[in-house]
Amino acid sequence: MNTRLILIANALIGLCLFSPTASAQVAVRGQTVYTMSGDSIANGVVVIVNGKISQVGPANSVTIPAGYRVLDAKVVTPGLIDAHATVGLSGILNYKHDQDQLEHSAPIQPELRAIDAYNTQDELVTWIRTFGVTTVHTGHAPGETISGQTMIAKTFGNTIDDVTLVESAMVAATLSPSALKKGKPKSPGTRGKQMAILRAKFIKAQEYKNKLAKAEDDKKPDRDLSLETLALVLDRKMRLLITADRAQDIASALRLAKEFNIDIVLDSAAEAYLLIDEIKAANVPVIVHPAMYRAVGDRKNQSFETAGMLKHAGISIALQSGFESYVPKVRVVLFEAAIAAANGLTFDEALASITIDAAKLLRVDNRVGSIEIGKDGDLALYDGDPFEYTSHCIGTIINGQVVSEKKR
Amino acid sequence: MRYIFVLCLLIFHTGCATLHAQSDVHAFIGARLTPISGEPISNGVLLIEHGKILRLGIASDITIPSGAIRHDVSGKVIMPGLVCTHNHVGGIGGADRTGPIQPDVRVYDSINVRDAGFKRTVAGGITTINIMPGSGHLLSGQTSYLKMRGGNTIEDLFIRDKDGQAMGGIKMANGTNSRRDAPFPGTRAKSASLIREKYIKALAYKRKQEAAKDDPSKMPPRDIGLEALVEVLEGKRIVHHHTHRHDDIITVMRIAKEFNYRVVLHHVSEGWKVAKEIAEAGVPCSVILVDSPGGKLEARDLLLKCPGILEKAGVKVALHTDDWITDGRLFLRMAAMAARAGMTRAGALKAVTLAGAEMIDLGDRIGSLDAGKDADFIILSGDPLSVYTKVLETWVEGRKVFDRSNPQDRLYAVGGYGAGNELEPYFCCFDHAEGQ
Repeated sequence: MNTRLILIANALIGLCLFSPTASAQVAVRGQTVYTMSGDSIANGVVVIVNGKISQVGPANSVTIPAGYRVLDAKVVTPGLIDAHATVGLSGILNYKHDQDQLEHSAPIQPELRAIDAYNTQDELVTWIRTFGVTTVHTGHAPGETISGQTMIAKTFGNTIDDVTLVESAMVAATLSPSALKKGKPKSPGTRGKQMAILRAKFIKAQEYKNKLAKAEDDKKPDRDLSLETLALVLDRKMRLLITADRAQDIASALRLAKEFNIDIVLDSAAEAYLLIDEIKAANVPVIVHPAMYRAVGDRKNQSFETAGMLKHAGISIALQSGFESYVPKVRVVLFEAAIAAANGLTFDEALASITIDAAKLLRVDNRVGSIEIGKDGDLALYDGDPFEYTSHCIGTIINGQVVSEKKR
Repeated sequence: MRYIFVLCLLIFHTGCATLHAQSDVHAFIGARLTPISGEPISNGVLLIEHGKILRLGIASDITIPSGAIRHDVSGKVIMPGLVCTHNHVGGIGGADRTGPIQPDVRVYDSINVRDAGFKRTVAGGITTINIMPGSGHLLSGQTSYLKMRGGNTIEDLFIRDKDGQAMGGIKMANGTNSRRDAPFPGTRAKSASLIREKYIKALAYKRKQEAAKDDPSKMPPRDIGLEALVEVLEGKRIVHHHTHRHDDIITVMRIAKEFNYRVVLHHVSEGWKVAKEIAEAGVPCSVILVDSPGGKLEARDLLLKCPGILEKAGVKVALHTDDWITDGRLFLRMAAMAARAGMTRAGALKAVTLAGAEMIDLGDRIGSLDAGKDADFIILSGDPLSVYTKVLETWVEGRKVFDRSNPQDRLYAVGGYGAGNELEPYFCCFDHAEGQ
């Protein structure tokens, strides 16, 4: 083969692998299709054209155009959504050079953007994709008072621009001893101090915002990326994602939200079942910790049933893979939802918590989360009950492109 | 009062379980029995007496003794209590940082029997565990085989051999966990070299002991570390060896062969790459499955398929929780995940019961439902490999140690406020519920 041919071949392979526009038109037939926008469809068909869902319905009402690639599955669901992860930042290898989810140089750094760190090609992004996860809310991890921003991405694509749904989704904060510093003179060293520096920073951001609004063009304050980001939070244009597990820390999160009139999302929230009335009254959604997180430290009283208890109390929930410092380096949100489905959530509720409910909570339900005409062509295919341990994911489709056909 | 105290001490020291065991026969009627050692029996009867399995079989074949305590378990599944060959519950601490090889350290000197982890363990259906010190050393100490009887002291949980000795193995490791600054090894070759030197010392010690058999005055000065290694060399103590990468696995087998000791490979993430070699050497494997590869370089090629590939190659395969790496309540899930990725169902169930029992020299006492074996079994709501199945009851030596219908037990099974607290003192021979 001459060099030119190799180049062309490489270019073609590149196109096949990475370019959503290169997708063949595809249709999927499912014995059961869970659309998550109404009842499930027996013997359903989903047709995807140019990356978007163009038809969905019972087999006798949908015509698959000639020349379409057709896949079959027992169960078809919307592509799964992992409502909070660090995948792509916390790489497969647990060595410093591969871990970009936490910057420890200062306790409050809301200016750190996830898009500047997310590795679209990390092996663990591939891993979760093969189990049907197509969208992930990922970014800076719990572990600093404000560790940085999060983003929402598809799990397939070459560059950050190929995969990004939302560039700056939330600002990640942590209220827990995991974000406290040990030893003098580092700060914050206590829960009280942590809240104090958070309040001080928000007050600064408030002043920065006021200066910007009042000042003449030539007297505007210098740009401050950190305060700029927090100003967006104060304007309720970005939400503060607060990781808090113990009831007292969850209460602090609600207090902070009230004081600064900011829009928050509770993350992890192991003891949320103790504050159901308060969370409900504050109208705050909860992204519940992975069911299979280790029951240690702040999460020693976590429960398999938390998602069910919150959901049945009328609180908006979604499930997540979370952050893992050791192994498994990434969790698969499908597996976490399975445990929740066996412990309090109904099948439909559990599936919703990793599809449409997650999409609504993340405010991307115009694009993903259900099988509806016009939405992104993201599907997951299974050979049985997706939650059953011994079922397999047999296919994943993102933007109409078949990105996995492994039996997983 | 003092006599009662002495009596209580006596009870602890002779082992609670034997005194505890109901003198009456218990009959468990109508369940699907999964004996592991044989084909499943639908609509079976299991009879237990004095902490042992008396008989089991198809309902029509079994005569239930009059006066037996009957348990209607129709629609349920009964299988042997699960055996976890690699476990770290109890807030344990083994060897310290003073050196890479510390066979003198006994993990049972460090176990907190009131740790909530023990309750989660029985909630998951596990009745026997091998508690090990960690993998940050080439040799981190002696391990301890324990029954989940519930107890106030670690002695209450011991499994004793014919001579009355508490049973256990030796924990070793290679690869990256045990590499660090001196006096720890910095490379793989140095790791192997340090271990070989130590076993050569143990061999010399053993020869001196043997030479002094007829003349105690010639006995070498006692060295409790070398004593433990002599037990390894004599085959009395099994080496439980943490290892991940394919070449590290081969190294473990090479050194075990050189010193002719018995070894079980643990974790074995890349075992699938050398399945043929492991099978030919006849070395058993206790595998861990976690939900993704990575977390460290040597686990990058961890595959869910590994147990199935090893099984197909003819290797004896067990699974382990490595609790706290995975939670004891999810041990059956691991068997199911192995089956998901290609292991046979029978092999997956054996991997969490009989295969594990054999790897800790207890295959003749536990791990299957057979007459004469310990009455260690679990009652499940359905298929052992289904996510929707619940462990309803766990029995150890004829005594119920977990009952999901009991709110306190359920708290440990699903979690919730208080589930992380230490356990209440365990009162031997006193039943709170019945006030007896």
